[in-house]
Amino acid sequence: MNYQFEFGWLLEYYPQIVKGIGITVQLIAVGAVAGISLGICCAWARALGPAWLKPVVAAYVELIRNTPFLIQLFFIFFGLPSLGLQLSELQAANIAMIVNLGAYSCEIIRAGIQATPRGQFEAGASLAMTRFETFRHVVLVPSLQRIWPALSSQVVIVMLGSAVVSQIAAEDLTFAANFIQSRTFRAFEAYIVSTIIYLVLAILLRQALAIVGGFIFPRRTAR
Amino acid sequence: MSLIEITEVRKSYGENEVLKGIDLDVAPGEVIAIIGKSGSGKSTLLRCINGLETINKGSISVAGAQLLDDEVHLKALRLKVGMIFQQFNLFPHLTVGGNVMLSQMVVKKTPKPEAETIARKMLERVGLAHKFDAYPDELSGGQQQRVAIARALAMQPIALLCDEITSALDPELVAEVLAVVRELAAEGMTLLMVTHEMKFARDVCSRVVFMHQGRVHEVGPPEEVFARPQTPELKQFLGLH
Amino acid sequence: MIEFTIWDILRNLLLATRWTIVLSFVSFLGGGIVGLGLLFLRISKRKSLRSLARYYIELFQGTPLLMQLFIAFFGLGLFGVDVPAWLAAGLALILWTAAFLGEIWRGCVEAVAKGQWEASASLGMGWLQQMRYVILPQAMKVAVPPTVGFSVQVIKGTALTSIIGFVELSKAGTVVTNATFQPFTVYGLVALIYFALCWPLSKSSQILERKLNVAHRNH
Ligand SMILES: Nc1ncnc2c1ncn2[C@@H]1O[C@H](COP(=O)(O)OP(=O)(O)OP(=O)(O)O)[C@@H](O)[C@H]1O
Ligand SMILES: [Mg+2]
Repeated sequence: MNYQFEFGWLLEYYPQIVKGIGITVQLIAVGAVAGISLGICCAWARALGPAWLKPVVAAYVELIRNTPFLIQLFFIFFGLPSLGLQLSELQAANIAMIVNLGAYSCEIIRAGIQATPRGQFEAGASLAMTRFETFRHVVLVPSLQRIWPALSSQVVIVMLGSAVVSQIAAEDLTFAANFIQSRTFRAFEAYIVSTIIYLVLAILLRQALAIVGGFIFPRRTAR
Repeated sequence: MSLIEITEVRKSYGENEVLKGIDLDVAPGEVIAIIGKSGSGKSTLLRCINGLETINKGSISVAGAQLLDDEVHLKALRLKVGMIFQQFNLFPHLTVGGNVMLSQMVVKKTPKPEAETIARKMLERVGLAHKFDAYPDELSGGQQQRVAIARALAMQPIALLCDEITSALDPELVAEVLAVVRELAAEGMTLLMVTHEMKFARDVCSRVVFMHQGRVHEVGPPEEVFARPQTPELKQFLGLH
Repeated sequence: MIEFTIWDILRNLLLATRWTIVLSFVSFLGGGIVGLGLLFLRISKRKSLRSLARYYIELFQGTPLLMQLFIAFFGLGLFGVDVPAWLAAGLALILWTAAFLGEIWRGCVEAVAKGQWEASASLGMGWLQQMRYVILPQAMKVAVPPTVGFSVQVIKGTALTSIIGFVELSKAGTVVTNATFQPFTVYGLVALIYFALCWPLSKSSQILERKLNVAHRNH
């Protein structure tokens, strides 16, 4: 192999990379907050909600979990405009990530809710709380705590999956790598560098989620 | 001549020294009860004899087989001593017969028909020949423990280590397991058992070993140890029971 | 302009689905074999081998599959060979799948009770014998549901190979969209085909898992 590695372009193109990192971080930040919120609502609906809502949410969850994120993204970005819903690249990417993480976190959180001892619901009821109040004040936080590691892993998976938003020209980190390789023809280096950045982002994200977890769940509650 | 020789054995977990120099010789056919408070190192001692834990100092040998930390020596030693666990540890994916036959076939390379004959004989001994094709989860705890004994016996060990083998059983099932052990003792099997069954220890054992804080604190025949304990620790321990 | 009926579209998509299935199958099989190797490294007695497997797994689980595809595609090109998309796609997916399966299976091996190791050791079995006759048979039972479940991720993962130019279902979706200007219908159908492939697997994984849990409770 006579290939000479060449990283000189980094100097010239680092603004693109920084911008790409910024967009990737923004996408996952919005995706995580909104997606997990959506997931909590859906988990409530599936575990404790009204009967008519359950199959609707189940269909949403199953549909998302059994189709590729790339196709969801294309459907939202290219397909929805024919219904009159025009979205920017970034809006489409944001929505796709929220919808995607919403479905996965719904399943994860639901498992946490189902692991709640019956006695907790009964105790809530005996204190004259409604089902929703019991969910909100008694069940939710311990349930989230139970599944926080699994949820964190899923957020990392979705962040790594977000690399494909470059395919609708959302200018994330992968978009920057593609841009650089098309200009410099240094494909291998460009992708190695961005892969390393993704790895660092994944490690940092996992740590950030652990810190957030420690903040939301300051004390260990009984399982 | 001693069958099991334990000399100056020390064992630590990190900073925590659990066995602080154990000396114990066991003659062939002896039945030894090991008693002592929780955490005194009884299980650790048995596990060391079987090579489930590596010792830090001292030596252990069984019928001339030295305990060394390599596969060949470990295997030689384990062929001589069997072990019965508190939690039975039967293999859940195999039938009762399969449990008793497996190690004969894979370790000793006994041909299957012969292994089966031996398995049936051993199960007969513990009164469970009719359960040959049952799975462990279809048996009571007492029956499972008897299968575990048959499984160990099938390897034709010259000594058996039993670690609180009745502690996980419902009270009404304890007797059936102890009856099997009593019979083994009568047949001359060398037994080292950690037990909380004081009456059994008194009736069956030839010697009682009282362990305290990682040391053998008192040894003697049961009549003496139970009737005339020498140390305040043993007095206190027996008073608790 | 030619009019495309929904059947024309569907026929073209289904033809491309073959390649999605073939690639999924190859990746899963190849990934399974490499994953088994990783599993053995991951639980070996040598610390260096364990670390090696751990780094491999962290690397492949901590970076985007898309980047792995790019690197396989352009990286192999550095050796002067012209890499066809299917080769890069297959290679990257196999390595990626192996990382996940290896980790899933390690969890299953570690879920086997410690007493099983001790009991088999006390009967004189060596490490390989313990693995073969006692540990793996039990771990395999637990491993089936998550392994089937992961096959869904593999199928969805193959969609990314369209980006390096492998023509499978997703790529066909883009091609057909460009010809028909009906993105809503085409991507809708593409999604439904993926769903038809994945959902039965997801469902069986769930059912197997439930069966296993019931069996466990009866123990
Ligand atoms: N794997 C281990 N790692 C660290 N410490 C251990 C380990 N196994 C045992 N110990 C420690 O060694 C000490 C002796 O344990 P051991 O199990 O031998 O006690 P024991 O006499 O059998 O008690 P019990 O009657 O409760 O079974 C305890 O303090 C225990 O905490
Ligand atoms: Mg003990």
